[in-house]
Amino acid sequence: MKYFRNLIISIILVLATLFLANKYLDSYLVMILSNIGIFIILAVSYNLINGVTGQFSLEPNGFVAIGAYVTALLLLSNDEKTMQFMLSDPSPLILWMHSSFIPALLISGIVASLIALTLAFPVFRVRGDYLAIVTLGFGFIIRIFAINQDSYTNGSMGLSNIPNEANLISIGVFALISVIVVLNIVYSKYGRAMKAIRDDEDATNAMGINTFKIKTIAFMTSAFFEGIGGGLMASLLTTISPEQFSFMLTFQLLIIIVLGGLGSTTGAIIATFLVLGGMEALRFLDEPNFFTNTAHPGLRMVVFSLLLILIMIFARKGLFGDREIWDKKWFNFKM
Amino acid sequence: MVQFQNVTKKFGGVIAIKDVNLHLNLGDTFGLIGPNGAGKTTIFNIITGNYKPTSGKVYFKHEDITDYKPNKIVELGIARTFQNIRLFSSMSVIENVMIGFHNHINYSFFEAIFRLPRFFRDERNFFNEAREILAILGLSEFESYKATSLSYGNQRKVEIARALATSPEVLLLDEPAAGMNPAESDELANILEKIKKEFDLTILLIEHDMKFVQKVCNKVLVLDYGKTIFEGSPSNMLKDENVIKAYLGDFI
Repeated sequence: MKYFRNLIISIILVLATLFLANKYLDSYLVMILSNIGIFIILAVSYNLINGVTGQFSLEPNGFVAIGAYVTALLLLSNDEKTMQFMLSDPSPLILWMHSSFIPALLISGIVASLIALTLAFPVFRVRGDYLAIVTLGFGFIIRIFAINQDSYTNGSMGLSNIPNEANLISIGVFALISVIVVLNIVYSKYGRAMKAIRDDEDATNAMGINTFKIKTIAFMTSAFFEGIGGGLMASLLTTISPEQFSFMLTFQLLIIIVLGGLGSTTGAIIATFLVLGGMEALRFLDEPNFFTNTAHPGLRMVVFSLLLILIMIFARKGLFGDREIWDKKWFNFKM
Repeated sequence: MVQFQNVTKKFGGVIAIKDVNLHLNLGDTFGLIGPNGAGKTTIFNIITGNYKPTSGKVYFKHEDITDYKPNKIVELGIARTFQNIRLFSSMSVIENVMIGFHNHINYSFFEAIFRLPRFFRDERNFFNEAREILAILGLSEFESYKATSLSYGNQRKVEIARALATSPEVLLLDEPAAGMNPAESDELANILEKIKKEFDLTILLIEHDMKFVQKVCNKVLVLDYGKTIFEGSPSNMLKDENVIKAYLGDFI
């Protein structure tokens, strides 16, 4: 079938690119690509709830933090934990939990999506701006929890020496899986119902669709991959602290999905490359340059913001609007 | 099929409808008529579960549906269209119809993620069924157009197609002929006749176009300020003194 042919071709292409990049690029570029891979996971899954379902939520930093902490605590050995927990002794639960890398990521994802399930009940009682505020609050709560519950998270000291098991290949494979899963959801009855909720929630309800259920499915899927992304991030950076998961992380993801076009999965992927790649590419602006001999820390952010503003002026709905890169027509029912 | 028992709905101090009794029998095409603000759309919203009545009961096939949620009521077999057209603006005509099939498509979330055989089978079958519905309504040529790019009359038809996809027994149409010229509303009357036979429907409709009502309805109920002022056949309606008063004023 056409769907499976396209699927296999794209999997082979991505894997080949990953292996070649891992082999021939220098470690600096590999690190940047790994980071981009993680952000693709985060952006694509955030786009599912925010772009496709149209629920303006601001919670991803919370789920990423949960994923990062769960993975880190699962991977660290007991000796490491007792040594690192200086503010107070680690709780028995923390000492008990242990697993290898892949199960740790899956557990992180499951924990995040279960928390999303419980969060769905208060969050989806409200719509629009109010939903944004409720989810924003959740992100803050998680961060405050991470700072104050020393016996679970080691407080603001954070965790370090996390085994570095994530590399470009594993991150790339997870990114590929998350993109495929999200696209499979979008192009199914669930995705159609999500888009319908974005367009007109009451009319969706009048079609016999349980909108709460659909929104919760989107939210949980999104949280699952954000949890995994957080886990990969912890393992790639080998050190985490509560400050990493501030609102700025959500903000960065929001920039990515708005730039790519709310509701466009391929747009989110391309925007991740543009935003993260662009920030690296503009790094030369911070250094002493041709005109002056002093460094300008922060200059690249000024230029970068100007570029973003220009793009948003000329592409009001982001680079792809709510369509995908292969959508030439309004509806493409090829599989 | 649908029965109202002394239904009253108040919004604060405003009484939208008062002690309305309504009997919709199997196979009826029932017209709901009245000046603006008479409470017609309120009745629709009470049937579909969007509003809860202040007092009184609503029954569907002898089942008390007064406290049911809107999506539950659609599952039981009551579908509606909206007065102000509410199509899903980012989707094509056929996708709009596919939304109506949501509860009939059987594959689970995991079958969708892993693209198991049932996913492809269901999607193909219901895609073809959506095409059949569009063909009945004469919309085949527009199937891949963006729904909101169609003409007003055709958008109304897409709304009907979408409601039909939920396989209803009772269809509620809120001003289906509004904004149509006489030729278009004649065509719509024929289509209603056709889908009624094809899908075994009972229809309840709100309409201001009296010619249209005369043509399609076998029973009407006239409301004025939330109260029933006439119930019976459409031909007697226009002779009724109270109806004339409500529409033209009682200064004559």
